[in-house]
Amino acid sequence: MSELHLAVALDGAGWHPDAWRDPGARPAELFTPAYWLSLVREAERGGLDFVTIEDSFNITGRADRVQGRLDALLIAARIAPVTTGIGLVPTIGVTDTEPFHVSTQLATLDYLSRGRAGWRAQVSHRPEAADLLSEAADHVEVVRRLWDSWEDDAVIRDAPTGRFIDRDKLHYVDFTGRHFSVRGPSITPRPPQGQPIVTALAHGPEAFEFAAAAADVVYVVDPAHAAAVRSLTDRPVKVFGDIVVFLGEHSEIESDAHVFAGSPQQLADLLLEWRDAGLDGFRLRPGVLPGDLTAIVDGLLPVLRERGAFRREYTATTLRGHLGLPRPASRYARAEVSA
Amino acid sequence: MKQVILAAHFPGVNNTTVWSDPQAGSQIEFASFERFARTAERGFFDFFFLAEGLRLREQRGRIHDLDVVGRPDNLTVLGGLAAVTTHLGLTGTVNSTFNEPYDLARRLATLDHLSEGRAGWNVVTSWDAFTGENFRRGGYLDRADRYSRAEEVLHTVRELWDTWDADEIVADRAAGRFTRHDYPGAFVHKGRHVDIEGHFAVPRSPQGRPLIIQAGDSDQGRDFAARSADAIFSRHGTLESGKAFYADVKGRMAAYGRRPEELKILPASTFVLGDSEADAHERAHHVRRQQVSPQTAILLLEQLWNKDLSDLDPEGPLPPFDPVLDDDTIIKGRAGMYPDRIATANEWRAIAQERKLGIRDLIIEVTGRQTFIGTPQAVAATLNEFVQSDAADGFILVPHVVPGGLDEFVDTVVPLLQERGVLRTEYTTTTLRGHLGLAS
Repeated sequence: MSELHLAVALDGAGWHPDAWRDPGARPAELFTPAYWLSLVREAERGGLDFVTIEDSFNITGRADRVQGRLDALLIAARIAPVTTGIGLVPTIGVTDTEPFHVSTQLATLDYLSRGRAGWRAQVSHRPEAADLLSEAADHVEVVRRLWDSWEDDAVIRDAPTGRFIDRDKLHYVDFTGRHFSVRGPSITPRPPQGQPIVTALAHGPEAFEFAAAAADVVYVVDPAHAAAVRSLTDRPVKVFGDIVVFLGEHSEIESDAHVFAGSPQQLADLLLEWRDAGLDGFRLRPGVLPGDLTAIVDGLLPVLRERGAFRREYTATTLRGHLGLPRPASRYARAEVSA
Repeated sequence: MKQVILAAHFPGVNNTTVWSDPQAGSQIEFASFERFARTAERGFFDFFFLAEGLRLREQRGRIHDLDVVGRPDNLTVLGGLAAVTTHLGLTGTVNSTFNEPYDLARRLATLDHLSEGRAGWNVVTSWDAFTGENFRRGGYLDRADRYSRAEEVLHTVRELWDTWDADEIVADRAAGRFTRHDYPGAFVHKGRHVDIEGHFAVPRSPQGRPLIIQAGDSDQGRDFAARSADAIFSRHGTLESGKAFYADVKGRMAAYGRRPEELKILPASTFVLGDSEADAHERAHHVRRQQVSPQTAILLLEQLWNKDLSDLDPEGPLPPFDPVLDDDTIIKGRAGMYPDRIATANEWRAIAQERKLGIRDLIIEVTGRQTFIGTPQAVAATLNEFVQSDAADGFILVPHVVPGGLDEFVDTVVPLLQERGVLRTEYTTTTLRGHLGLAS
């Protein structure tokens, strides 16, 4: 029986619209560093693979719901130096953003966290639109090329010749697509993981192709979709079920993901059933924070461990290590060898 | 007595950063940024600063390989430093040409939240198509428009920062009301460079408006600072030119309804300390030789001559011919440094002839000489004199070694400034604006 991979999705006060009114919620602290650090440390206490942090350029326009949010990448940056084990996966859009900036931001997060950075690449506005998905694929391709644009041993500090770098180990990425062109190389040396982990939603069949081509971790809503996603790529891809989780008071909400409400035992049953149906892991979206997060760590994880389905402690130091994904060589170094 | 403002510039990618020194550490590992920032905070500095460059420099069409190469994303590093410092201001350059105002406003406001009021932004505008090749819009901006773009972007960013009232969030559980208004953050900006409308998503940050820094020395740059900036980095390293710059920039402020103390003037300054004057000068010369290797000497000469000089002998004489006057410079990714190439070449020739200097020794002499050289006592006295005689409000110090280049200054000069009563002995304010005595 293989171990599960588990992530938790952090968003405001939780995924239920009324989560901020829960007696345990801390709605006045949502924009403080202490709030986010305490949530991530809670997830790290459980030895989870990673947290995702939601982001959006929009606000709800409803005074009865949480309004406003902080930039997810910077929240992850603020947390990285004061955590040691957990992967940090901020959401960054691919529709309006510069691939060059996204690449250096995530590479920098990978330095700050010593190899624990990932990215939830978010397609904005209308996720079903084919044109946006094609732009998204280009975006991720450019970001990955830029990560590869410095070979691992490009910095040489060779005093006799006065050279800091071996410039033959820096590469123009020269991407030209329908939406943008990018010259490169990156301004940032190759990050510790080589390439931070890319993750993407594949909630409907129209997004399968993009997610399979672009991502290392793909989130689906139905275990039956795992095989379809895997069939579209020959890269190693981890397929996660995306589930909203209520472990306290039962709540009903509408969601783009599967909604679970019940006990930790029942949730463990569901996760193992879905694992057997073909999933590698799960991204759990706590309905209420910090309540459902704590219930995951103190309720769900002991049940899974008892069944041999989750790690007792971290056995790796990087997010790639947690996921069992190898560190990729730079594509440009490979090209040189084969030439 | 005026207090001396101190800022710490993490050493950058110029030849003045000595990577070949035995003490030199990584330029990219977070541990180096952390070490440097903690040292600045130990010395009760006002803020930390990171410069930016969005395309690797090239000379003669090849990536420049003699200086430090490679930088992080600035705001991401500053976000990390917020976790390992408690009072130090956290500032960096972020380009206003290749970032959109909405994103600038939300990232800077986020940094201000996550650092609890310590964020600052050095507004820089580039216009070159060379850098534009890394971005969606390419090299779209005319050089002549760069300040109007910067002003409008900054203006828009401030509009966005001001969209949320400080008391917008009520989080009233019983009443079921999270915000005072149904739809906060509304903005409309329709201008020449920026045409956006919508709702800003970040609640008002602790400083309201993070610190604004400007670094241009041109007439337009001085006006921009006088009108819109909270601090300006200058290049005026002598007492006389510092006084003239100070009077000029502060004199421009009244026209914009601002008081002189609302803008802080901070010359970028390098320093070398020693046990005696002679020792300090000897160390300064050693550092200059490290900064100007034979290869670097030729490269710096090429930047003035604007021509391939790779077959010259670094110990030999200057070229007999004049610099090439061409807008297409052989160095890309760096602002132009020589407004009158022929005049500068003639000055260099005169110095070389009079003092019988070869190329390398001349370059050591005429580029990047350290601003303050002396014993800690002498340097502390000089820094204070600059501030008390209105040649500066403080300094942005640029050490030459990562990450330990600030250690000696903090250990020896800082206590002397504290003795003189011109530098705090503990932080009494929590925000960057608070440290500088600026209103929030």
